[in-house]
Amino acid sequence: MLLTSRFLAVVIFFIGVFVLVPWLIEVSGRWDFYYTLTSVALLSIASAGVWLTFYIGRINIGQGAYALAGGYLSAVLVTQYEVSFWLTIPLAGLFCAVLSVLIGLPILRLKGVYFAMITLVLTEVAKLTALALPITNGAKGIVSIPLPGELSVFGMTIIPDFSTLENVKLAFYYLAVTLMVICFAGMYRLVNSRMGHLCRSLQQNEELASSIGVNITTLRITAYAISSFLGGVGGSIFVAISQSIYPTSFQVADSINFMLNVFVGGLGYVFGPMLGTVVIYFGWDLLFQTGKFQLLIYSSILILLMLTVPNGLLSLRLFKWNKEKK
Amino acid sequence: MSSENIVMEQVLVNGLYLGMQYALIALGLTLIFALMNVLNFAHGQLYVVGGFITYIIYGKLGLPFFVAIVASGVTLGLVGAVIEKFLFRPVIRKSVREESTMLLAAAIAFFLDAIILLLFGEKQRGVPKILDGVMNLDFVVIMPYDRILIAALAGSAIVAFILFMQYSKPGRAMRALAQDRIAAQLMGVNVDRYSMIGFALGAMLAGVAGGLLVSIVGVNSGIGGPVSIKAFMMVMIGGAGVISGAIAGGFILGMLESIGLTVLVAYGDLTYLVIFVSLMIFLSIRPQGLMGKPWG
Repeated sequence: MLLTSRFLAVVIFFIGVFVLVPWLIEVSGRWDFYYTLTSVALLSIASAGVWLTFYIGRINIGQGAYALAGGYLSAVLVTQYEVSFWLTIPLAGLFCAVLSVLIGLPILRLKGVYFAMITLVLTEVAKLTALALPITNGAKGIVSIPLPGELSVFGMTIIPDFSTLENVKLAFYYLAVTLMVICFAGMYRLVNSRMGHLCRSLQQNEELASSIGVNITTLRITAYAISSFLGGVGGSIFVAISQSIYPTSFQVADSINFMLNVFVGGLGYVFGPMLGTVVIYFGWDLLFQTGKFQLLIYSSILILLMLTVPNGLLSLRLFKWNKEKK
Repeated sequence: MSSENIVMEQVLVNGLYLGMQYALIALGLTLIFALMNVLNFAHGQLYVVGGFITYIIYGKLGLPFFVAIVASGVTLGLVGAVIEKFLFRPVIRKSVREESTMLLAAAIAFFLDAIILLLFGEKQRGVPKILDGVMNLDFVVIMPYDRILIAALAGSAIVAFILFMQYSKPGRAMRALAQDRIAAQLMGVNVDRYSMIGFALGAMLAGVAGGLLVSIVGVNSGIGGPVSIKAFMMVMIGGAGVISGAIAGGFILGMLESIGLTVLVAYGDLTYLVIFVSLMIFLSIRPQGLMGKPWG
């Protein structure tokens, strides 16, 4: 019963995302929605990373730094070394993961507000570094990055050259959504694995976890590296879509938004970041019509959300199986 | 040959002057953190509101500067009390994880940003100088009189705050609360009341700082976020939740900025990069800052 309803939900989600949404856009002719939805998918990937750091009990306001690093790595490799864009996606992720291990080793010893503040500073450091380094071209950024080329294995084309496609937006949408599905499937698997349980023990009490033999250092570094990997992947694809990157492409406000996405969705739920990103991004977009009152209404709604559902939207438990379990 | 010396002394005076203001901003933030374990993202926005109130009362209505500063402080105190009572208190009570207060603080920061933008627009605002003239010590140290006055006012506000915390009854209650919330409650300290007073006091300090500084650097609606980040850094350097730490952090950051902007002036924006990176290295070695309690 439980399994079938879950399976059904997954199937409905797939149909909705891969068939229904493109069809609706086709019918309504709102092509701009592809860009919005692609952004949502990419941002939710990066937010999923933030969520994982929350899962080990760390407040992460530094995801913007990794998104920026991943984006720049991809942009530099594509424009200056003519590496295939498809190769730069995993490379950007790995680069950020390695970077996060180096940075994480000292700073993950910090907890609570201290970790939060230092990650906030990290976002600022990333921006200033991008401004200062010669390879990132300073404030002018890297512009006119070519569209992703062809991806072929043994002469067989898996993904065609994006510049030959008549509908690039749709292609990017499929790319982003596919990655999002992979990312959240992986997250779900991770949280329900042995490592997920160990992560929960970290969230509750690190000393206690350590005393019963959990290697907390390795565990939190691994979680942080995965988190940053996702940030880098999100950033690299974002660069390909906007075909440009500047030091201000991801800044403190973006890092805070990643955190808000996770909060609004709910810290205790794997799919919280996805829901949170959708709600926040669309909410912000819809409010665009209110003109100069946009920020005022947006922030009022956020405050109201906090007052009414401080544990995230998913804590409302609208889904039946949650009640059945109890 | 002697030009280096001249620069260095001027730099130190500038650093002291900056540090005095920074310490005032950091004090409010650290007080709120010590009492409620809340990282107040909206601190910079409170500072901006204080600046605009002084701008209106002193710059537009032409009332005395002192009246404007008091009005900034009192208004911000009220705003702080309202924010604590109606926003932070219910959320802290209801949420499962204490990090939720950070979202609330961020949302309040956005909200205040929106209000400031709607009411005052995007323009940079300044007020007439409060004092004319420049103090000139043999061309070694040059300091405008109004800056000296502002630094003195900021210094006396800091001293008044410390005396208040040290010798008054509410001050004692708040220090007890910061040390151990539950123990304080068991000893009969009205926790809710003093949390509110503490938050109001913290917001008031931000407002006074904003009001004082509007006479020197002016104010515009976009500086709230950057001010918050600077305040976070000062609090981190000194150790979160410790009053002496916030003051030390303020002076250290003021000095670093003043020295950095002079020494690294040829390299553009490197000053902040250097400050940020050294802060990260410092905190990895000493996570609790200079004077903080280990692990906060």
